[in-house]
Amino acid sequence: MSLFDWFAARRKDQFVGKVIQETEEGDGLWGKCPECGQVVYRKDLSENANVCSNCGHHNRINSEERINLIADSNSFRPLDKNLSPVDPLGFKDRRAYADRLRESQASTGMKDGVITGLCNVEDIPLAIAVMDFRFMGGSMGSVVGEKITRLVEKATEKQLPLLIVCASGGARMQEGMLSLMQMAKISGALERHREAELLYMPLLTHPTTGGVTASFAMLGDLILAEPKALIGFAGRRVIEQTLREKLPENFQTAEYLLEHGFVDKIVPRTKLKSTLTKLLKLHGFNTKKRQR
Amino acid sequence: MARRYLLEFEKPLVELEKQIDQIRELARDSEVDVSQQLLQLETLAARRREEIFHALTPSQKIQVARHPQRPSTLDFIQMFCDDWIELHGDRNSSDDKALIGGIARIDDTSVLLIGQQKGRDTKENVARNFGMAKPGGYRKALRLMDHADRFKLPIISFIDTPGAYAGLLAEEQGQGEAIAVNLREMFRLRVPVIATVIGEGGSGGALGIGVADKLLMFEHSVYTVASPEACASILWRDAGKAPEAAAALKITGEDLMTLGIVDEVLKEPSGGNNWAPLQAGEVLKESLLRNLKGLGQLSTKQLRDRRYEKFRKMGRFLEPSAFDEELIT
Repeated sequence: MSLFDWFAARRKDQFVGKVIQETEEGDGLWGKCPECGQVVYRKDLSENANVCSNCGHHNRINSEERINLIADSNSFRPLDKNLSPVDPLGFKDRRAYADRLRESQASTGMKDGVITGLCNVEDIPLAIAVMDFRFMGGSMGSVVGEKITRLVEKATEKQLPLLIVCASGGARMQEGMLSLMQMAKISGALERHREAELLYMPLLTHPTTGGVTASFAMLGDLILAEPKALIGFAGRRVIEQTLREKLPENFQTAEYLLEHGFVDKIVPRTKLKSTLTKLLKLHGFNTKKRQR
Repeated sequence: MARRYLLEFEKPLVELEKQIDQIRELARDSEVDVSQQLLQLETLAARRREEIFHALTPSQKIQVARHPQRPSTLDFIQMFCDDWIELHGDRNSSDDKALIGGIARIDDTSVLLIGQQKGRDTKENVARNFGMAKPGGYRKALRLMDHADRFKLPIISFIDTPGAYAGLLAEEQGQGEAIAVNLREMFRLRVPVIATVIGEGGSGGALGIGVADKLLMFEHSVYTVASPEACASILWRDAGKAPEAAAALKITGEDLMTLGIVDEVLKEPSGGNNWAPLQAGEVLKESLLRNLKGLGQLSTKQLRDRRYEKFRKMGRFLEPSAFDEELIT
């Protein structure tokens, strides 16, 4: 239920809508940081992993940009890239699910909201999935569930460590209970990966909520998060309604989760690749085969 | 007998019930034989009830599923379990009353039972938190399931919750983490797990005790990815569209059989489980024993592999063949 409340809150507050805004000149070369208002040169920004050099605000990046930040160049090999969503329930609210899908596909060039594949990080093989918030709020339906499950199975089979970059409003309502069941399906695959004593690390990015939080986002051997990312199960507004009291300022941020013991480490994006490399090596994953 | 709580769509029955009551009263005070009339009216009422309940819309089913007199987890346990001993605590400083558990016998089989527990009235519901478990509840359930795993007790889970509790403390204590761990660990269990949606199955809060070898569901129970109210206010931007959302989300046992999620839909007495709880108990007991027997034939490995495969198959998508992919790229 939570994720939907979260969606509702998002619509109202638009607090996830913070993106670099055009300056008045509008030549596309300069932008304004939504957090501190600093005018930044776009090229500098993208070279700094889309992190504001003035205030450290992490601007949203898409799945492709994320992979470029992590994978060695030309090492990423996508898997199941043509797996496509269908409309299993014939779902129609104010608009048909089929239309919403087509629209998201056209604007992102993706079939659905996750990219999966194998890559190298400083020559260390890694199985990687990156959710894309642009595609219907990163919501998880059958395709997202199936692609991640296949990746986890592939990682188990090839004895690879696994990284899932989470960004999601939760289960996708338009596929009904099939979406909810993806939570169980992925968790089952992760159980086998764990049984094989392989390393799984989710990276929680803004926002990670609802059914994704209640499944693979919280199942990491080590759980990493980006600074200030919103991470939670239930929506803030719902909680405020039940409680009728003010919530702490940093409620459901990465820092709050760290404080309460649910995140191992907050990793600034600029240090993401080096941190991942260190962690992989410390767990005995090396350039060739894993040594034990 | 306590007055029955009638739902909106049951109102056509009110007139009939009233007449029946009046005639009964009359018969008590006089010598007139009214048995013939009574029988006629009762037959008519039964037929009307049958008709109404046969054609329930999904949003009407939700009302039946949430009926305050619908048999709850503890009701079913009392109905067909012997030597019930409730067990308490997550061993981490809490005992959630919204998610209960314990050991009992069904006929000759010792089982572990867990389930969400709602209350009958406001006072009880406050104590039970309306059947919305906190992280401690899910951790208690896991602790008990681990216990069952060690002592080879099959696990019977009853699902009846609007959802996992949403609150400051629940977030602080890791509601998401608690449910997530249950999902993963339930795949590891070496004993049979049978889950039954006895009332409403609300999203992740239901799934947190719902990774089972067999998923049963009562005829008028519902299982939802999101409450239709929440879904309507987000997708329709109008909470009043909840009935439309309920229909669109495909939440009934029949729909979920078609989608390959539910294994068996249990028939309810005419008028729903609250009209004849004992009969509902018989139906559930029969199914549980039959399924336990079937699952008891499987080895540990078979059991776990089949549980994995069952969930592995869930989902609908389009996969272009290699030939199609060539055409695309």
